Amino acid sequence: MGAAPSASVSCAIGDPPAPASRVPLGRWLAVIGISLAAWFGAFQVLAPFASWVVRGLPGITAGSHPAAALEFFFFEVPKVLLLLVLIVFVMGVIRSFFSPETTRRLLTGRGEHGGTVLAALLGIVTPFCSCSAVPMFIGFMSAGVPLGVTFAFLVSAPMVNEVALVLLFGLFGWKVAGIYLVTGLAVAMATGWVIGRLHLEGWVQPWVAEVAAAGPGASARLSWPNRFDLGLEALRDIVGRTWPYVVVGVGAGAAIHGWVPADSLAPLMGRSAWWSVPVAVLIGVPMYSNAAGMIPVVQALLAKGAALGTALAFMMAVVGLSFPEWVILRRVLTIKLIAVFAGIVAVGIMIVGYLFNWLF
Amino acid sequence: MKTIQVLGTGCPKCKKLGEVAEEAAKAAGIEYSIEKVTDMQKIIAFGVMATPALVVDGKVKVSGRVPSADEMKGMLA
Repeated sequence: MGAAPSASVSCAIGDPPAPASRVPLGRWLAVIGISLAAWFGAFQVLAPFASWVVRGLPGITAGSHPAAALEFFFFEVPKVLLLLVLIVFVMGVIRSFFSPETTRRLLTGRGEHGGTVLAALLGIVTPFCSCSAVPMFIGFMSAGVPLGVTFAFLVSAPMVNEVALVLLFGLFGWKVAGIYLVTGLAVAMATGWVIGRLHLEGWVQPWVAEVAAAGPGASARLSWPNRFDLGLEALRDIVGRTWPYVVVGVGAGAAIHGWVPADSLAPLMGRSAWWSVPVAVLIGVPMYSNAAGMIPVVQALLAKGAALGTALAFMMAVVGLSFPEWVILRRVLTIKLIAVFAGIVAVGIMIVGYLFNWLF
Repeated sequence: MKTIQVLGTGCPKCKKLGEVAEEAAKAAGIEYSIEKVTDMQKIIAFGVMATPALVVDGKVKVSGRVPSADEMKGMLA
């Protein structure tokens, strides 16, 4: 077969067959069953395990301050890792149903309002990395997805994801995780809605409109073993990259457990410092990290007396407002549109920050 | 002769995809040429919405992830 001339390839997208899985379905189900049993077993013995480890350490007296801090560490690290393993695998399997192509199909032909809500929700389950922001943006626009709906997705996808939620849940409890989920979605929907109302389609780079709607895309039909393979792949990839943040985050919490004055940051980032929310958002813009990388930072800030809203606003700003992503988006958006987008997200995050400083 | 194209703007996974493709092609003894496509407009012309993506002889084989070595063999065959 000769090389296809590059001019003719734009529509030559095949429908690849489902890749073969090396593991048959029966064995997958058996492995999953045994792993789930082991998971629940391990979750039951977390507390005895932590005290057993600490008792075995030389030079630690039971009931002392270091003993309590170490027990916290050996209880929290396995707990958060167990939660992460389970959720990342489950989400990896769920994600196999939501390829970018599927998400685009679901969003095409919806109205502005329903589409914006759906786009923010799909941002949670659709695989996304900021290096794919531009192809996805164009893929959505060329299929006729409204601009506001596309932006709702672009805000929600990096900010609200299962890793962030599991880590927040594991370290700070379900309330903080729930707040992050609900307000993250709210910021994404509000951004999409405002941009949709402003009718800024003319501020997209002109060449984007000339890109013909892409074909059906390369979405293979997947079998269940394929989906489990993808779950396992996500597990290896995400847990492999995230576990050091868990250890550092919990370690920071354990170290602060009594040793560092708990309110040393209070004058700077406490509730009384009203200007700390916008400052936290501004500082967050040039910084870029994924949600997992922010967890140790948030842990340390909260433990040293920062207010919850300020710390969450900082985390959202680092994850959701990223200067490198703007540079990438510059190829498809005018600077005016990027500025409007960043401005709306920033205002949304500040409102979230103030709201939670006021509530808690 | 297989024409392999790796689409991506230079993220770590794009490099990884290129490596996996070259290894699989060498292991299978396939004659090939490999090209990295980093130009966004060209990438979009293939209709992919997630990078990295692998194109063999003008056909998109996978997008958004790095396939295993076994899977890659099937894609190059």
